[in-house]
Amino acid sequence: MGKKKNIDIKYDHALEEQKRPKVEVELEKGKKEVFNLDQLKSGGYIRQRQKDLFTVRLRCPGGRVAFEKLKKIAEVGKKYSKKDYAHISVRQSIEIPYVNYKDFAQLSEELKEVNQKIASCGPRVRVPTACSGCEYNPNGLIDVQKLCQEVDQKYFGIQCNHKFKISLSGCPIDCFRTNEMDLGFQGGVEPIWDEKTCTGCGICGYACKEGAITNDPETGKPTIDRSKCLYCADCIRACPTNSWKEGKKGLIVRVGGRHGRHPVNGSAIAELLPEEKMGQVIEKVIEWYNDRGKGKGRVRIGDILMKKWQDFVDFIKPVLGEYAVKNPKRPEFIKIHTFQTGWQPEPVIE
Amino acid sequence: MEEKKPIASLDLRGVICPTNFVKAKLKLEEMNSGEILEIIIDEGEPIANVPRSIKEEGHKIIKVEKLNSHFRLLIEKGA
Repeated sequence: MGKKKNIDIKYDHALEEQKRPKVEVELEKGKKEVFNLDQLKSGGYIRQRQKDLFTVRLRCPGGRVAFEKLKKIAEVGKKYSKKDYAHISVRQSIEIPYVNYKDFAQLSEELKEVNQKIASCGPRVRVPTACSGCEYNPNGLIDVQKLCQEVDQKYFGIQCNHKFKISLSGCPIDCFRTNEMDLGFQGGVEPIWDEKTCTGCGICGYACKEGAITNDPETGKPTIDRSKCLYCADCIRACPTNSWKEGKKGLIVRVGGRHGRHPVNGSAIAELLPEEKMGQVIEKVIEWYNDRGKGKGRVRIGDILMKKWQDFVDFIKPVLGEYAVKNPKRPEFIKIHTFQTGWQPEPVIE
Repeated sequence: MEEKKPIASLDLRGVICPTNFVKAKLKLEEMNSGEILEIIIDEGEPIANVPRSIKEEGHKIIKVEKLNSHFRLLIEKGA
C-alpha cells in the first residue's frame, strides 16, 4: 500500500482525440485479453479522463450492502484507488474511482472473498434499484427489496439495444421514480370498506390526501372515488376500527420513461399486478424491445414505444390480463428546456 | 355500551404534528396496558396523522367523537 504517494495523474489525450488504444488486460486471474479501453465499460470498468485509470462500478442491487462487504470494499478501495474515497452512483452502486487497469484482476479477486460482484454498463439490463420497501419503512406496501434481488439475479446483464433501467418503489410516494425508468414497479394496495364495523368517525376522509374519500355529513360513512385512489393505504392505516381493509395488493407497472437530456414520462400499463407476475412482464417487455429494436442501434425502449405504442399495448395485454390499464397513455416527453425552442420531438408514427 | 373511563386527558388543540402525537405517546408510556387516555386534537393534519401513528404504536382507538373543529379520541393502551 506504499504506492499511495504523490501520484502523477496524467491527462489522457487519446480520450480527447477519440483514439481507441488497445491494451492487454487481465480481468480475471490468468485470463489476459486484448481490449479497446472503452469496451471495458460493459464489464463495469469505466474509463476516466486520466490515463490508464478507471472507475470500478460495483453491483449493489437495491443499494443494500452487507457491512462485511462494505468493510471489504473499503479495504480494497484503499489499496487500489489512487484517491481516498468511494463514489455512490445515482443508481445506488458503490464505485471505486482511480483504479489502474493493471490492478483489475487482483481487485476483483479480493472482492470475490465477500462475493461482491462488479456491475456492468452499456446496452443491457442494469443493476436494479429500490427503496427499503415494506420491511421496515412505515409507508412501504410491497417488499421491493426482495423483488429487486430477484430482478438482479434473473435479468441483470441481458443484452438490449441500449441501457435498460429497472427500479422499484414500495409505495406511491415513489422515491425511485418509476415513471423515469425503462421499466418501473411501484407498490400499492386497494382499500376495501367494511360497512359493518365502520362507526362513521370520518377520519379516513381526513387521512386521504387525494380527496378520493368523502364522508356522509349525516352518518360519517365513506364513499370512495376509485378514479382518484393511488392505493397508498393511508385510509387503512388511519381507520380506528380497521374498517378499511387491504384488498388486492400489487404493482403499478410503468414503462418507457427515462431521464437525461430529453426526459420521457413513462406510462402506467398495469395496476395492482401480483408480484408473482413481475418476472413474466419483464421478460415480455424485453422480448418486445429487442424484437422491435432489431437493426435500430442505440435506441431506448421509450423511443420505440412512442412510435409503436398500439403494437406494444396489444403485445403486452395477454400478459397483464385483468391488471392491464384500460387505454394506457403513450409515453411523452417532459419539457425541461423551456429556454430552448429549436428542439422538437420526432413526430409519432404508428 | 358504556364508555370506558379515561384515567388521563390531554387537550392537544393547537398543538401541531408531530408534537401532538409525541405528547400522547409519552403519556401512554406512563400508563398501564388497558387503561384509557382521552385526547382532543384538531381536524386537518392532526386527525389525518395522529390516529395512524397511535395504531402503529400498538394502541387501540376505541372512540372517536367530532366536536366542532376538533376531535375527541379515547385510546386504550396496548399490551
